[in-house]
Amino acid sequence: MIHLAQLTFRYTPASDTLRFPDWEVAQGEHALILGASGSGKTTLLHLLAGLLKPESGSLQVGRQDLARIEGSALDKYRGQNIGLVFQKPHLINALSLKQNLLLAQYMAGLPQDKKSIGEVIGSLDLSHREDALVHTLSQGEAQRASIARAILNKPLVILADEPTSSLDDQNCERVLGMLQQQANRHQATLVIATHDQRVKDKIDKQYVMP
Amino acid sequence: MNLLVLSWSYIKTKPLNTLLNILLLSMGIAIITVLLLLSRQMEESLTRNSKGIDLVVGAKGSPLQIILSSVFHIDYPTGNISLQEARSLSRNRLVRNTIPMALGDSYQATRIVGTNYDYLQLYKAEVAKGERWDAVMEVTAGAQAARNLNLRVGDSFSSSHGLVDDGINVHDEKQFTVVGILAPTQSVIDNLLLTSVESVWEVHASHSEEADSLSQAEHQHEEDGTHTHDHAPTAYVYDSISTQGLPRSEADTDELTSLIVQYRSPMAAVQLPRFVNERSNMQAASPPFETARLFSLVGVGIDLLQGFAYVIILIAALSIFIALYNALKERQYDLAIMRSLGASKSKLFLHVILEGLIITLLGSLLGLLLGHLVTAVLGETFGRTDQVGISPYRVLPEELIVLGASLVVGMIAAIIPAINAYRTDISGVLSRG
Repeated sequence: MIHLAQLTFRYTPASDTLRFPDWEVAQGEHALILGASGSGKTTLLHLLAGLLKPESGSLQVGRQDLARIEGSALDKYRGQNIGLVFQKPHLINALSLKQNLLLAQYMAGLPQDKKSIGEVIGSLDLSHREDALVHTLSQGEAQRASIARAILNKPLVILADEPTSSLDDQNCERVLGMLQQQANRHQATLVIATHDQRVKDKIDKQYVMP
Repeated sequence: MNLLVLSWSYIKTKPLNTLLNILLLSMGIAIITVLLLLSRQMEESLTRNSKGIDLVVGAKGSPLQIILSSVFHIDYPTGNISLQEARSLSRNRLVRNTIPMALGDSYQATRIVGTNYDYLQLYKAEVAKGERWDAVMEVTAGAQAARNLNLRVGDSFSSSHGLVDDGINVHDEKQFTVVGILAPTQSVIDNLLLTSVESVWEVHASHSEEADSLSQAEHQHEEDGTHTHDHAPTAYVYDSISTQGLPRSEADTDELTSLIVQYRSPMAAVQLPRFVNERSNMQAASPPFETARLFSLVGVGIDLLQGFAYVIILIAALSIFIALYNALKERQYDLAIMRSLGASKSKLFLHVILEGLIITLLGSLLGLLLGHLVTAVLGETFGRTDQVGISPYRVLPEELIVLGASLVVGMIAAIIPAINAYRTDISGVLSRG
């Protein structure tokens, strides 16, 4: 679940304070963060991922108030409980697809489990590309691989930043479907930050940036 | 998956860059290794071979040359000293013992040394097969010399005049007989053929006598200076040998090449060299002083090469730094992704440091290997390194220090890129993508 209460954030002491309305998303629920470019969608998503530190307020993500933890404890919590998907796949080009997934387990401090990797890439139709270096993957395969990486550690929350913005209608539909399907499969809360109007009608729960 | 695999995977993505850095570093390390192997082993060899020798007295000339020829057997003697003068010196109250040295002949470029049993004692040489020389023209071979020349007890050979095997100036008229082979001592004696002073005199005495007795017409030396004699052996001029002290000959013409002197008291170190140099026709040479002088002469070259090696290592470190710095600028997104996957700042710091360390470790190991290889090649090129006790197969403890130091250099080269990785602004980088 996600719960924001009196959340504020400032990039620098000199910059304006961003105030976020209180919000709650239940465990397993899907939600959208909507707003124009520059409205702070990505900032909120990064706050939810623990990549930015709130100035004040509380920020419950899963079982933990992220405002209360920091350092390597926050990193570990993020790795084990929050899955991130970006507009571009951003896989590690020096590694194969399987190594990218092993890296996700290793960095999160979890045991490296090839069986669960096999299951995840099987569910995303990537089994035949397991040992391929990621720069040889097609755009669609790479996008599916980035989703595989986000869900591999069975996170409580999946956060996606503009995952469909650069895709055509068909692929937009497909990626959104996959994200929702995988979130449901793992009972994860799914939050998508987007300005993509095609996504707007697909998920009812919405948080519109002021 | 672990940091080592991750770092190695990144290294593999830039093979040419990595190869250049590794080669550059290995060159510097190789030079230092060669210098270490040569200087350390030479120093040890020189110390080992001059142990127990307080002073060497030879003909007037370069003291360093006297030490090189009479102690290490790697140079030509300065000339001869008269036996009478040598005997007079041996009776000096400051002298405990003297060991005569008669040099100048060789067999297939292996030096024949006329001396006494004290010389064996000096290097604690034991007889492995047969016995010590006990009569004129008997030889006991050093372990390595016997192996190199394939000599066995009972074998005979003719010596050549001079210290190189030029195939001419062969003393065919008197043959040496091998009566024993010494056990290895890891000293210069291993490479020598040892006999009595009288045997060396015998070879030359017979030569002189025959030369006197033969008319110019009967004994025409060839224009190229060949001294080979093919006639039957004559009776020995010297019928007994001295195994202790100086030879008993009273002939005015008998000479030695040099005299190894052992002091009776430390006071001798102050008085005896000056006494020899000022009041005799001989030259005194102190092994510790001359070897120190030799190292100070050679040291300039060693220092220069060492400086050159350090510059190469510095350039290699700079090259590794630039490569890592640029690579990490390109990999900012990768680092941010790793952080988003749960990597701590210190894990990324370690990942970059490890990358620098892997490159330096490979460069250093290759450098050490090259160093030993070059030492072996130098040995093959410039003759027997075993003569001066240099082995390319020996690993010095200092090499571990070189390895450790180069890893520190690699770590220093990686530290700024690693700090940058540590400070990666994850949110800022991910927002840009």
